[in-house]
Amino acid sequence: MVKLVINGVEQEFDVPEDMPLLWVLREVAGMTGTKFGCGAALCGACTVHVNGIATRSCVMPVGTLAGQRITTIEGLAQGGARHPCQRAWAELSVPQCGYCQSGQIMSASALLAAQPEPTDEDINAVMSGNLCRCGTYPRIRAAIHRASELAKVERVDLKAAIGMAEKKEGH
Amino acid sequence: MTTLSRRALLKAGLAIGGGLLVEVSLPQAQAAAAAEPVTFQPNGLLRITSNDVVTFVLLSVEMGQGVSTSNAQLIAEELGIDPAKMVLEFAPADRRYDNSLSGLQATGGSTSTAGSWEPYRMAGATAREMLLEAAARSWGVPKPECVAEDGAILHKATNRSGRFGQFAEAAARLPVPDVTLRTRDFRVIGKPVPRLDAAAKVDGSLVFGIDVKVPEARSAVVVRCPVPGGQVKSFDASAAKAMSGVEDVVQVPSGVAVVAKTYWHARQAAAHVKVEWDEGPLAGFSTAGLLETHRKLAREGQGKRVHSKGDAEAALSKASRVLEAEYTAPFLAHATLEPQNTTAHVTSSKCELWAPTQSPGILKEQLKRLLGYDGDDIIIHQTWIGGGFGRRLAQDFALEAVEVSRAVGKPVKVVWSREDDMRHSPYRPAATHRVQGALDAQGRLVAWKHTVVTQSLLGQIGEHWLRAIIAGSPGFMKSMAAGIAVPMLSAKDDTSVEGAKDLAYGVENLAVDFVRHETGIPVGLYRSVGHSHSAFATESFVDEAAHAAGQDPVAFRRELLKFEHRNRWVLELAAEKAGWGTPLPPGRFRGVAVHKSFNSYVAAVAEVSVEGTEIRVHRIVMAADCGRVVNPNLVEAQLESAAVFGLSSALKHRISFENGRVQQRNFHDFELLRMHETPKIEVHIRHNEASPTGIGEPGVPVIAPAVANAVFAATGKRLRDLPLSLEAAS
Repeated sequence: MVKLVINGVEQEFDVPEDMPLLWVLREVAGMTGTKFGCGAALCGACTVHVNGIATRSCVMPVGTLAGQRITTIEGLAQGGARHPCQRAWAELSVPQCGYCQSGQIMSASALLAAQPEPTDEDINAVMSGNLCRCGTYPRIRAAIHRASELAKVERVDLKAAIGMAEKKEGH
Repeated sequence: MTTLSRRALLKAGLAIGGGLLVEVSLPQAQAAAAAEPVTFQPNGLLRITSNDVVTFVLLSVEMGQGVSTSNAQLIAEELGIDPAKMVLEFAPADRRYDNSLSGLQATGGSTSTAGSWEPYRMAGATAREMLLEAAARSWGVPKPECVAEDGAILHKATNRSGRFGQFAEAAARLPVPDVTLRTRDFRVIGKPVPRLDAAAKVDGSLVFGIDVKVPEARSAVVVRCPVPGGQVKSFDASAAKAMSGVEDVVQVPSGVAVVAKTYWHARQAAAHVKVEWDEGPLAGFSTAGLLETHRKLAREGQGKRVHSKGDAEAALSKASRVLEAEYTAPFLAHATLEPQNTTAHVTSSKCELWAPTQSPGILKEQLKRLLGYDGDDIIIHQTWIGGGFGRRLAQDFALEAVEVSRAVGKPVKVVWSREDDMRHSPYRPAATHRVQGALDAQGRLVAWKHTVVTQSLLGQIGEHWLRAIIAGSPGFMKSMAAGIAVPMLSAKDDTSVEGAKDLAYGVENLAVDFVRHETGIPVGLYRSVGHSHSAFATESFVDEAAHAAGQDPVAFRRELLKFEHRNRWVLELAAEKAGWGTPLPPGRFRGVAVHKSFNSYVAAVAEVSVEGTEIRVHRIVMAADCGRVVNPNLVEAQLESAAVFGLSSALKHRISFENGRVQQRNFHDFELLRMHETPKIEVHIRHNEASPTGIGEPGVPVIAPAVANAVFAATGKRLRDLPLSLEAAS
């Protein structure tokens, strides 16, 4: 049995320890917002947060995650409030097919937690791990800047927005 | 919704656009109506219930191109409603929903907007007129004084209004009228409406094919022969069967299927299935060998002449200057980010499936033949699609899931790994182009002889298409005969030579030959199809000719496009917006290309720099004319998308074969453009009020030649092989 905290809810799963988190989420927990793209950490479609850090769930054995705090795209909105990335993404019509966007948004929201006002170079460094076959990169870039602006104007704490407590917590 | 037993179903035979059946459903008794909402369904595309739910049915599939938003705008324009206030429903697999241009229920050929431009506006207008009539009668006022706005009928003089739903029942009793469509003063058409599907695409709630949950469905993976077309000789599944979570291991036509509790269990076990393959005739196939054959065939000139004007051979023989070049394009995989998948449940009398297919229509016809079931016993649930690009016009993945479900007698979801997808796809075929041109003493391009060597696309998939077309109503035959059926039967296959055959440049002596060289490798339709390689040849070659003539590449093209206004307009617009002819920062160089495809016109100017052998693209300026723009936000998005898609194939990836095996496996060796490599992309749309034409594909063909031409400007080196590589060229 593996005990995981997914989107704030503790759950137990009877799965092999080497089963990647992606498949536990999708086929055991029934949460399909996190996507399968490559199975080899090459495309980023499966990105989730583990303790606030963007993590490729397709290569992450669940056995290593016992008791860790996992956030998926389904848990990104807090108390009915969508994350600034989710709002900026919709406002700028970023998604095309939309398949990669869960992963894009999870990567971008982790970036913003670390860098509330990222430069284009910061965006390149973090977002180059996420592929988009529809080619929405220019709009993703614009939406990250827009989300940063929204957070600034609305005084959204971008760390708290991905469930990282404001109190200094080492990881 | 009232049940069928409680209502009389009236059918009228009025044809709308693509021949839609008009149905009006009525409750038999008023009592039933009070208990349950009544549905007013003036046609197959639209339903309005008495409790005011407006549902529109999407003919095309939504694979990212934005058709669920743009088609909503078309219907909303005439109906008088906010497009965001309608409920979206995917069309079932039914001939009523064939695309009015292609005659197939298929989403491809950049026809989603062009083919729905009339039917949706007709559907909206018809419903509006009937609602207006119903309201006018109930208020006892003249119909012309009533208007439809924001989901309601208004009579301003008496200050009366009512929601559409209030009039649904009365409207359903009215005859279907003839309507006239608005041709100007559009209210919703032309507006940059934000994507209506965006909200569900940013919170993980949207259900793609791979996300479908069917009760009791197992997950399955299929072990396929590493060589296309290879067959199972024998297999030993004893080790796999003993593994945890595994339920069945069965042989299917495409290989050996492992059926298990989850994908992970199936995937683990698949590695332990021992298969002996009969690799078949392609076991010795290699890309290197093919390229050699292609070049030889291109030079031998034994092709079938598909177009000619003047006398190209004579003009070449007496020209003061002859140019000659060969261009090659590799096999390519679509690499949709959502891997292929389908969930199928086949029983002895029924087949139900959930498939991210671009053509429920073709799939249904193929299933009828495979299973021998009636159309009514085959239910196809269209799903949201994680990228299509033509891949899902082939139905192999869906048919395979049906085979697996049939073999184990359970509902099964078959999911392909990325490696499966990369190695077992219907690829964009490899092609070689040889072009010879003649310049006269004044530097005018006076002859163009073009030989295209590739395999036929329709030769492989055409049979299914043809059957699907024939199975439709006779009206389709007419429109399709010229487009697909005839070229297919005569083995000419326009998709192989499109973009070359219809060269826009005003060259007096033109000859285009097609050498059909079959490889047996499965091929399919890839975003922009033949144009994806032909424009690389034509736009590189015209650039070579401009330089040989000592002329500016834009001015040289402009002169040759004297009578091709729309080509010239987009060329001029892109050049102007890119600052063609103005100084660039040191180390930056420009290249240009212009091409017509799918009845739309696109030009691009690429700005590049070269460091060592590294090509960096800094800026792409695009100009497009696709007729009337339904939603500029979506048109811009499609062109941005085409630029990135085009750059991936210009610079990054190819599929190659050795010993019949695809050499690429995943995104480390079949690379896509990434964020840090994405240039600034600017899109300019030329205003045009002609009926809308395609935009999903036409942006792709110009990208590779624009970049190659810029690399020439930077280095003096002509890169004639895709993907472009200075390393390979040095």
